[in-house]
Amino acid sequence: MITNMLYSLGGLLLFIMGLFALIACSHPLRKILAVNVMATGVFLILIATAYKQAGAGEIDPVPHAMVLTGIVVSVSVTALALILACRVQETSNRSLSQQRKNDFTGAGE
Amino acid sequence: MTARSTQNKRKRFDPVLLLVLLLIVFLTGLLVQVILATDYLGSGLGDDVARFQDLSGVESPVTAVLLNFRGYDTLLEVMVLLMAVVGVWSLTRAPFPKKPIEPGPIQLAVVRLLAPLMVLFSFYLVWQGSHLAGGAFQGGAVLGGACVLMLVSELPWLKNISSRFLRIGLLSGPLVFLGVAILCIVLQGTLLDYPQEWVGTLLLLIETACAVSIGLTLACLFAGGRPKDDLSGGRKR
Repeated sequence: MITNMLYSLGGLLLFIMGLFALIACSHPLRKILAVNVMATGVFLILIATAYKQAGAGEIDPVPHAMVLTGIVVSVSVTALALILACRVQETSNRSLSQQRKNDFTGAGE
Repeated sequence: MTARSTQNKRKRFDPVLLLVLLLIVFLTGLLVQVILATDYLGSGLGDDVARFQDLSGVESPVTAVLLNFRGYDTLLEVMVLLMAVVGVWSLTRAPFPKKPIEPGPIQLAVVRLLAPLMVLFSFYLVWQGSHLAGGAFQGGAVLGGACVLMLVSELPWLKNISSRFLRIGLLSGPLVFLGVAILCIVLQGTLLDYPQEWVGTLLLLIETACAVSIGLTLACLFAGGRPKDDLSGGRKR
């Protein structure tokens, strides 16, 4: 019970951090990373929900199956997003280093 | 966005950012309440899955859920993977270097040793998926890892792989899955309602085809574009 809750809260923390970075950062690569962190948080919450201590009854395999497919789908989404980001960089007149100056976090200065 | 506080050297305090921060703190509070209110002691769907385990044709509950009870979901997810490859292939050509790089002897030896083992292990994982942890997605991931290992060591024959073989491999999983689903309509009248006597065989067939296609999908995504002879008359990258 307490284990599930701790892992769920950890997943929630990851999700919130990813969500904030997704909104606050303007660089495409950071957005992609933020979405990945968010997805990891969701997976952690799902797995934590399914966790049962030994002998506490049948495990719930449905979240496991969802995470299993979700990981592979998130990898492919990341790959497609990276290719799209590269295309944006190739075709746009503004270079990515210019965009970084507008980044909320100010890491590009 | 350009407004910055005068003496703050560490960080700009942007009003929009502050608003976002407040909203996110609010959302965090709501979600923490949801987590605290969740009942973790209930068995969820575990008992239901255990009750119908015998009908599913496999002994592993996760595989049963993945391919039998929620087969429709997995079918669509395999399609999503295919769409990702189609998207990547239509955008760019794989950035193989013009001049072939000679991999070092140690790297070559390691790849020659590891790649066949990983391929073997991936199919073992698929086979194991019927009774233990394992299955199409895990096997496909290991197969993809083997392909990525060969890709990073720049084996010279890799960039001359015909796109026809790749397409057949990529399509094998979705097509076999879809074919079995349509066969189920013909035989049983419902999509993905496997006939009870062949259910184990059909699931293994779907898993093997999906593992090949998932592994190739991951490798193609890592390669980052279509092969050399694909759409060669199209626009240059």
